[in-house]
Amino acid sequence: MTNEQPHGKNILEIVKHVVEVHGKTREELIPILQDINKEYGYIPSQGLEEVARLLQIPKSQVFSVATFYHMLNVKEMGRHIILFCESAPCHVVGGREVWRRLKQELKIDAGETTPDKKWSLVTVSCLGVCGVGPVIVIDEDLYGNVTPEMIPDILARYN
Amino acid sequence: MAFYRSHVLVSVDPECVKRGAHQIIDALNDELVAQGLIDEIQVLETSRIGDPVLFGPDMIVYPEGVHYACLSPDDIPYLVEEHFLKGRIVEKFRAQEKKVVDEELGAPKAKEVRVVLRNCGVIDPNNIEDYIAEDGYMALAKVLSEMTPEQVIDEVTRSGLRGRGGAGFLTGRKWQFCRNSQADMKYVVCNADEGDPGAFMNRRVLESDPHSVIEGMIIAAYAIGARQGYIYCRAEYPLAVKTLNIAIKQAREFGFLGENILGTGFSFDLEVRQGAGAFVCGEETALMASIEGRRGEPRPRPPFPAVSGLWGKPTNINNVETYANVPQIILRGADWFASMGTEKSKGTKTFALAGDVKHTGLIEVPLGITLREIVYDVGGGIKDDKGFKAIQTGGPMGGCLPAEFLDLPVDYESLTQAGSIMGSGGMVVMDEETCMVDIARFFMEFTQEESCGKCTPCRIGTRRLLEILTRICEGKGEDGDIERLEELCEQIRTASLCGLGQGAPNPVASTLKYFRHEYEAHIYEKRCPAKVCRALIAYEIVPEACTGCTVCARNCPVNAITGERRQPHKIDPDICVRCGICMQVCNFNAIVVN
Repeated sequence: MTNEQPHGKNILEIVKHVVEVHGKTREELIPILQDINKEYGYIPSQGLEEVARLLQIPKSQVFSVATFYHMLNVKEMGRHIILFCESAPCHVVGGREVWRRLKQELKIDAGETTPDKKWSLVTVSCLGVCGVGPVIVIDEDLYGNVTPEMIPDILARYN
Repeated sequence: MAFYRSHVLVSVDPECVKRGAHQIIDALNDELVAQGLIDEIQVLETSRIGDPVLFGPDMIVYPEGVHYACLSPDDIPYLVEEHFLKGRIVEKFRAQEKKVVDEELGAPKAKEVRVVLRNCGVIDPNNIEDYIAEDGYMALAKVLSEMTPEQVIDEVTRSGLRGRGGAGFLTGRKWQFCRNSQADMKYVVCNADEGDPGAFMNRRVLESDPHSVIEGMIIAAYAIGARQGYIYCRAEYPLAVKTLNIAIKQAREFGFLGENILGTGFSFDLEVRQGAGAFVCGEETALMASIEGRRGEPRPRPPFPAVSGLWGKPTNINNVETYANVPQIILRGADWFASMGTEKSKGTKTFALAGDVKHTGLIEVPLGITLREIVYDVGGGIKDDKGFKAIQTGGPMGGCLPAEFLDLPVDYESLTQAGSIMGSGGMVVMDEETCMVDIARFFMEFTQEESCGKCTPCRIGTRRLLEILTRICEGKGEDGDIERLEELCEQIRTASLCGLGQGAPNPVASTLKYFRHEYEAHIYEKRCPAKVCRALIAYEIVPEACTGCTVCARNCPVNAITGERRQPHKIDPDICVRCGICMQVCNFNAIVVN
């Protein structure tokens, strides 16, 4: 999910490659968008247009699909993406306090990216690891049984 | 034939070979010759014994059944002398079984019956042979060689298995509808878009026993006459997707998937489709739209998927747990399955127990068990021995049931009658410190966010519900709000297109019904009885307990706390933002909420 240098990569080349792997059919649209999102960090409008052109689908439909699913980003994201589980099992075991602390430390709200493009804070629904709630995921690292006091230490592990 | 008093089985698993298993065998044979024991002890090669990464190279000695691990050739002379000559087990070489703490799935507790979860944590999910050793694919072989599709459907129907995704439709009847539809192409789909917050039973089955689901799907495909299948798995479960892909590849290699399965002429293949983070895709028509590469928006039914599903072709959709039950029903018979449960709800059900209960995690219990047995016998009671307040069943479309319902049997009809639902199996237990208005607001936040926006009652109705609830939690509730909420709930329930909208008001309606006094306290007395809603509480310092250590004042983000060192401090309620940090940092429990 991290992307060290999103702009070091050529979006058109990524689209071309991903479309070749999946094939130019409508039912592959979501897997194609997922791969672009993973490779590039998000799907810029140029990428959406190229997908539409190659698959011969109206641009509006590609955009409508890309914005429907939470895991596809059409806006540039930070270097590290924090997923905060906002579902009930985490909520009732102290998730609310963790969330407040996260916002306080990063000084951004849900869906926002810090000005230095280091962090994006995203709320997600259940990640299915409720046994160890409250849960946050940073990039691909999962942290369970999180308390507000742990937040500064966890954040300090990333640069 | 020679007789040996003892046999030594050395693992020649590739990992163990890499770590020198053959040198161990050579050293063993040399030493046995040297000690004159070579006619009494036989050294044999065997496949994997324990985890080769943890234990390799390792061996097991019979008849004692002693497992020696992490051996090197230098250890062998001592081992042979001690064990085979002097008959003493060498403790220091014995494998130390690692105590694996499985936070999700412990050993079965009293009153649990494991059918769907039986292989979880027991077999290696990435090795099809482990599954086969547990009678895996036996049901498929039986179906393909001995049973007609009608007999399969009849067996599943007689078992009484109902859809485990939550709606509880009779699985056998669903299959029959799909079989009856005439078409050149039919599909079988597995709904693995387990999105209910707090529910992770399906994830565990997919990650720990993927072949049981695959086998169930192949049997369903045979019964309805489908050639192609899809497993729609949510993107939040990357490990499940990976495990499934490995399992499908192995099943193909073993001839359980693909052309001419087990030489019977029946052909079927499977593909995993990954979701992209949309809760509504768990609704079957939205799920199919997503597989087709469109926005996951539901459409009205009929036509039902059994008539017109994926690309307009007849499609059978079942949930992960439903399919995982099928091989067991075929192998052990419909009567065995029907012997568990109640008159109308047969078999077992997996639940994910979460919240303020001592033992959280996955459980599998026979249907008909009471909520009390689940909370107290299986779950071990409420954390910190606090009082029980409510249990929320059925996920965000379910309801909150108070203590009066603890003796309610858990079956589809009883839960619906009480104002909740079975759902896919999330269960959140709440203790006395939970504010039910806050919980209702919380669930509405979820459904409002996840509403796909296609139909108006759900899109706007959930928004309005949320606005009113937020107002109440902020202490701005007005006379008439309760009635407005009730009216909205009814309208959303009756006018929405899919299960998401129809079920969305449940958390509000059920808390209004059973915890009305809490709403009234918020609205009329501007008081949050559970001391949760920030606008309705005040943090205060107990002067007698305060030592004046200044920790709270230094940590307060808005400088609302003042006081001299070693003198009791005070919180200014007008400045306080009620973040609760002072209470967390106080070492003397001097801060209370009123």
